[in-house]
Amino acid sequence: MGRTLAEKVWDDHVVRRAEGEPDLLFIDLHLLHEVTSPQAFDGLRKAGRPVRRLDLTIATEDHNTPTLDIDKPIADPVSRAQLETLRRNCAEFGVRLHPLGDVEQGVVHVVGPQLGLTQPGTTVVCGDSHTSTHGAFGALAFGIGTSQVEHVLATQTLPMTRPKTMAITVDGELPEGVTAKDLILAIIARIGTGGGQGYVLEYRGSAIEQLSMEARMTICNMSIEAGARAGMIAPDQTTFDYLKGRPHAPEGEDWDAAVAYWKTLRTDEDAVFDAEVVIDAARLAPFVTWGTNPGQGAPLSASVPDPASYEDASERLAAENALTYMGLTAGQPLREIAVDTVFVGSCTNGRIEDLRSAAAVLDGRKVADGVRMLVVPGSVRVALQAVEEGLDKVFTGAGAEWRHAGCSMCLGMNPDQLAPGERSASTSNRNFEGRQGKGGRTHLVSPQVAAATAVLGHLASPADLTEAAAPATAGV
Amino acid sequence: MEAFTTHTGRAVPLRRSNVDTDQIIPAHWLKKVTRDGFEDGLFEAWRKDPEFVLNRPERQGATVLVAGPDFGTGSSREHAVWALQNFGFKTVVSSRFADIFRGNSLKNGLLTVVLEQKTVDALWELTEADPTVEVTVDLQRREVRAPGVTAPFELDENSRWRLLNGLDDISITLREEEHIAAYEVSRPSHKPRTLQG
Repeated sequence: MGRTLAEKVWDDHVVRRAEGEPDLLFIDLHLLHEVTSPQAFDGLRKAGRPVRRLDLTIATEDHNTPTLDIDKPIADPVSRAQLETLRRNCAEFGVRLHPLGDVEQGVVHVVGPQLGLTQPGTTVVCGDSHTSTHGAFGALAFGIGTSQVEHVLATQTLPMTRPKTMAITVDGELPEGVTAKDLILAIIARIGTGGGQGYVLEYRGSAIEQLSMEARMTICNMSIEAGARAGMIAPDQTTFDYLKGRPHAPEGEDWDAAVAYWKTLRTDEDAVFDAEVVIDAARLAPFVTWGTNPGQGAPLSASVPDPASYEDASERLAAENALTYMGLTAGQPLREIAVDTVFVGSCTNGRIEDLRSAAAVLDGRKVADGVRMLVVPGSVRVALQAVEEGLDKVFTGAGAEWRHAGCSMCLGMNPDQLAPGERSASTSNRNFEGRQGKGGRTHLVSPQVAAATAVLGHLASPADLTEAAAPATAGV
Repeated sequence: MEAFTTHTGRAVPLRRSNVDTDQIIPAHWLKKVTRDGFEDGLFEAWRKDPEFVLNRPERQGATVLVAGPDFGTGSSREHAVWALQNFGFKTVVSSRFADIFRGNSLKNGLLTVVLEQKTVDALWELTEADPTVEVTVDLQRREVRAPGVTAPFELDENSRWRLLNGLDDISITLREEEHIAAYEVSRPSHKPRTLQG
């Protein structure tokens, strides 16, 4: 019988298989950051163990890094201690590190792909649930906990139970103004935050094949929000073109051998998935969340749902709690929800293409009075590219703040936070209670919706701007 | 890792679904660089409410958390498991756990027990009617017992063996060193390397 993409990559990494035990999988790439690694290094030190494969390990600083005044000492002593701990650990064990201020620094899931380290058919892990991002290249990539970080550092392997596979087929063409972010939010609303549990998702179909690598990363990134540890997309010419010439992409004969192998990484015609979901791309629209988990979303044209309309008692209760926390009323049109903060960035939407699309909407327009807009590039390289293209000027010209790279307001571990009661339209991945700051309220949106929302001051799509003043200059 | 065989203790009913790890331990707690001292961060936002179940005097010293479905979703932070353990919980019962959280819990000796929602409902009713009721989680027999409730649960044999014996994963894997070395030799040269040369 044929095999799925996930099964092929899995099988290629089995170091040892025994009846009744998890498979021992080899890990091709281990990404580290400051939050989930200190206790792992501490464990190694106590046991007197070295890092087994320094050549398959790389670290960056992202969660705690400030996005202002990065040349000054970090004000929060606890953040500073965590970054210093990572620096000390990397120096002691010999791990390659890109610290704050380095040109390769950035959000770990932006850095791996842009260096060309994330490649098709590899296994990628990181102590971070959004490691699923790297599945966009046809890699089997998943988040792990700190004990597993220590395990990979010590052995370059992980004992894992083979997951089930789910096909999410998206056929047709996405309508104008509908992005990868809208698509993944709609998928999560459809299958629920637990719908992908125990599965590796494979996104396929004509709508997926047409997407850029950045858009594919946005989709795979949020697989975890549907409960799936990993999401994958079969590599194709778009993938190869993205990788060619990157610092760590194979060269010469190795490139040819790699591409030949990568081309085998497609689900066989006769392979059987454990579950299948089919989505019609043409029927999608800009999508936003109204609640406190990423599955609580609806098209922008809809209204806040009535909790009483849920048949399932726990969903009804979750919706009631969400409306209370979010300060919303059932029946309120989503377009009428006013925000005071707009955040563009994160491992979901902090890549160059995301910044371009937000800038295209903002160009010649102004951020509404009373709205604070933060634009945080996903990495220093993304920032440099944006500056080269003049995007930073578009953002600052519109009244947005152009910041340094990092995770920033996605989870507010650095000073970029919402104050209690503040409401954001955010291109990040989680609208959990307090995620962006204690008492903060988050609506997950695409970069385009974020930009249009910044201009109008309430949740909006670029199409809503046509009635406002036309842009003074041509689009970026 | 501490071994887990059988545990008996009072319960805390947490009638919420989709309890994500940001609720279990908020991000600002993740700046610590040790595995202990997270108890005060557990459910920090909810604990500001004196009526929150964990704050009730009758729940002090309880060790069995009985939670709604989809417990532990979201961020992979293992700190969520440490916070539950630091607070004193030995086991968590739910009808469904998020995958990463479940993996993290079993690696740290926090037994996560999957029971049908109707059994979870029965345990909630029991402990709400009488907070002194004790719940037993018996890993040897793979069974949860409470007055009027006897419910078997599933746990794969490998995880059970590791928990019963308190075995640490790394030493188990390092016994396979020869297999790892053999695999490493067979890897193609086009695979990525973080260090050049």
